[in-house]
Amino acid sequence: MAPLLHVDNLTIRFPRAEPVSNLSFEIAEGETLAIVGESGSGKSLTALALMQLLPRAAKVASGRIRFNGRDLLQLDAREMRRLRGSEIAMIFQEPMTSLNPVMTIGRQIAEVLKVHERLSGRAARKRAIELLELVRIPAPEKRVDDYPHQLSGGMRQRVMIAMAVACKPKLLIADEPTTALDVTIQAQVLDLLDTLRRELQMAVVLITHDLGVVSQWADKVVVMYAGRKVEQALPGDLFNDPLHPYTRGLLAASPRLKNDFHYRDGALTEIPGSIVSAAGEAGCPFRPRCDQARASCGQRVPQLTIPAPDRLVACPFTSSIKAVPHAAAFSL
Amino acid sequence: MPALVRIGRTLRRTLLQAIPTMLGIVILNFFLLQLAPGDAADVMAGEAGSATEESMAALRSRFGLDNPVLVQLMHYLNNLAHFSLGFSPRYGMPVADLIGQRLPGTLTLMAVALVIAICLGVVLGSLMATFAGRLPDRLLSIFSLLFYSIPSFWIGLMLIIFFSVKLGWLPSGGSGTIGSRLTGWSAFVDKARYMVLPATSLALFYVAIYARLTRASMLEVKNQDFVRTAYAKGLTPFGVTARHILRNALIPITTMAGMHIGGMLGGAVVVETVYSWPGLGRLAFEAVMGRDFTVLLGILLLSSLLVIIANAVVDLVHAWLDPRIGAR
Amino acid sequence: MSSTDIGTFHSVARTPYASSAEAEPPVTSNPADGPAWSNVKAPDARSQQSSTVTVTNGRRALKVFLSNPNALFGTSFLVFVIVIALLAPVLYPDDPLSMVGRPFLWPGQDSAFPLGTDSLGRDVLSGILHGSRISLFVGLTATALGLTFGVLVGSLAGYFGGWVDDVLVRLIEIFQTLPSFVLLVVLVAIAQPSATTVTLAIAVISWPTVARLTRAEFRAIREKDFVMAARSLGYGHARIIFREILPNALPPIIVTSSVMVATAILMESALSFMGLGDPNVVSWGSMIGTGRELVRTAWYLTALPGLAIVFTVLALNLIGDGLNDALNPRFSQDR
Repeated sequence: MAPLLHVDNLTIRFPRAEPVSNLSFEIAEGETLAIVGESGSGKSLTALALMQLLPRAAKVASGRIRFNGRDLLQLDAREMRRLRGSEIAMIFQEPMTSLNPVMTIGRQIAEVLKVHERLSGRAARKRAIELLELVRIPAPEKRVDDYPHQLSGGMRQRVMIAMAVACKPKLLIADEPTTALDVTIQAQVLDLLDTLRRELQMAVVLITHDLGVVSQWADKVVVMYAGRKVEQALPGDLFNDPLHPYTRGLLAASPRLKNDFHYRDGALTEIPGSIVSAAGEAGCPFRPRCDQARASCGQRVPQLTIPAPDRLVACPFTSSIKAVPHAAAFSL
Repeated sequence: MPALVRIGRTLRRTLLQAIPTMLGIVILNFFLLQLAPGDAADVMAGEAGSATEESMAALRSRFGLDNPVLVQLMHYLNNLAHFSLGFSPRYGMPVADLIGQRLPGTLTLMAVALVIAICLGVVLGSLMATFAGRLPDRLLSIFSLLFYSIPSFWIGLMLIIFFSVKLGWLPSGGSGTIGSRLTGWSAFVDKARYMVLPATSLALFYVAIYARLTRASMLEVKNQDFVRTAYAKGLTPFGVTARHILRNALIPITTMAGMHIGGMLGGAVVVETVYSWPGLGRLAFEAVMGRDFTVLLGILLLSSLLVIIANAVVDLVHAWLDPRIGAR
Repeated sequence: MSSTDIGTFHSVARTPYASSAEAEPPVTSNPADGPAWSNVKAPDARSQQSSTVTVTNGRRALKVFLSNPNALFGTSFLVFVIVIALLAPVLYPDDPLSMVGRPFLWPGQDSAFPLGTDSLGRDVLSGILHGSRISLFVGLTATALGLTFGVLVGSLAGYFGGWVDDVLVRLIEIFQTLPSFVLLVVLVAIAQPSATTVTLAIAVISWPTVARLTRAEFRAIREKDFVMAARSLGYGHARIIFREILPNALPPIIVTSSVMVATAILMESALSFMGLGDPNVVSWGSMIGTGRELVRTAWYLTALPGLAIVFTVLALNLIGDGLNDALNPRFSQDR
């Protein structure tokens, strides 16, 4: 079955940088794809590229984005507008500032419906109340006339979700939807997203730097580093057997996954250096921080290989740690 | 929270703030009146042609002008409480009535000028913001700077020269065709013809301010997150601008409008003089020429009151437009 | 016209016009998708906004100012006007109010009077040259006085706070509520018009804007660490105000000052137009005032002095803009 979304060799350039290079991935209908990476890895720009909302200085240098058989990069402005909000929707990271402060939330939700489904004012308002109920906002008939500043962060994010799913999009892009929220609210919002996904048969691109989120909610994971995909796997495989040195470093540095690892047992590893070291690297962008780097790593960008079914990795020198007797991604 | 409650709160707060200021202005006004050369007795003597020392002294004691200053202040305040601003021998009527006669003329002129300034300014500013940094923006900003550098009395005269003398399209002064008995629509058009040039002369200076303000405000709002959300919903650029950007960008513009009432009153003085427009401004000019300080200071006091009222109205409008105000 | 507007005019235009050095890249085919989103990257990648006072590098500011063609034009024109004002008594030593030729000569009609003569046969060019003197004198002096007093009041209010602040703010409010030009007319009418009274009166109506601005700056800077350090070293109030805080508060004050001069010139010309200027001196405004009756026949009498005003004020405003761009730190957007 053809994938819903197929990003093919996407490269995005700024005047003096290339934040996304040769990125490819696919999502099937109803699937949740998680894109993981630290800040500066290019994940947010990728999301904006999917919506054709890149900042003015950014240009798509090459690649294709095939959605439902059409290349989004070839569409003109009007066609893209028709897709936005109705077939592809996006929710952003900062619910506090992502809503218009002088418009009631009811009208902001109704706006999407009026633009895409041509609903009348009254019908749109009714539907907005239904949507508020769908995203589990209590007393929706009363809150529909509230202004954003009267709602908490978690509720605002729910309103964003309501706006995004109003026209039942096939693809929802969630750019760090819970990063700005309290931990307790995070779980609720993610649960809500997952429920909606199943009910509406919606594919979700979940962009995050939180590996815990990935482990619980994703069907497939793409790990990005400095604008490139360095690994792709199913979550289970990824956490049990990370192949790329960067992924190993990420998992080692993440305390939450080591449920039986006590601080007395040893220090948390950290990946030395920072992502800015990747700038100007001719070869593998991770080389400056990689403890397994060899001379050849700096000469050519490693290609993605398929070491196992449903797995991709961009490192020629990696091998499954299961094969090595005392290997530990968790150095002690 | 219902809008009325928020607005009511703001109104109460504004009024409380305004009272001490108004009091200060009244007292200042009184002392300026004391400083003015000559008093009511001198003016009356001047009108009568001559007077002896005794009759002047009698006049003074009759009008309480020889009382100690504080007593006079009390009298003044008492008069004010009864809405009396004194008497003008020159015009032969109470100052308050005189001002009341001329006030509507000035208010209409200022209102029309404000509307012109805001509309033109917002349009120019939006254009400048849309083309920010590029040639249209630079050109328009030089233009607006030019408007800002032109004295309103001079542009008034130049407009008269161009539209009235050279082209004969519009009248050069006054507020209506004398002796005509027009009613309804033709009366309206007639009035409008007389108002175009003076209102434009008054407005030009403020067009520049609003253009700049709109430009700055729109540029700031454009980069806000919620604008990105609006685009993500699939709205057209026009829809985003009209419903999301402008609605937020106009808030500082409306608040600015109130601050200009004082300046516009000053501009009205020269514009009304140039166009012989029957309003407070020209009355002020006549009072200066005739050294009629009672009238002059009455105008000063009243225009200050107008400024306070205008600021209060602007506060209310601001509270109405921005739901975050007064919501505590 | 009001000095209140001027202060807001420039404080509003803080969003600078992009100079050629920072030209925006060309628009893509989808102009709707233009703006730079400020949080494209994750939160920890966003650059930290410094909470310390940005040190205005004088040399850098000068460079920015000089590379601005508008500001350069403004400065050269202003210099031109100043030169004229200084040279006027040399070039035209006679009193400009003396009748020297046939009346109603148009500009260019007689080479002895390049800009023509008025109804009494007075030389228009001489009037304009001499008029520049009074305009510049009033403009610069009134601004200097207004600045001094305004900065003083503003710094005291901003620094000390408390009841001092309350009283001074109330005073500022009173002056800002009174319509500036009306008050100006009242003051000059009471005090009898002369160059001195006009200058003092303009100073009286222009100080509140500067005071407000200075107060705001002082309130912001007062909380900075280096002020606390100065206090802990036992520096007296005067020293802290003048040596520590004031130099840092100067940039917006400098920007405002050029606009204040522009406003002062406009006010002086309006007063002279109305007959409230110094009766012994020719001023651009008074020339327009006398030419007012003759717009139908000799409109050049109104146009020429007015153009002088417009260009001088424009030059000052261009300088003000240039100073604003040079001295105010730009909001840098991460891309």
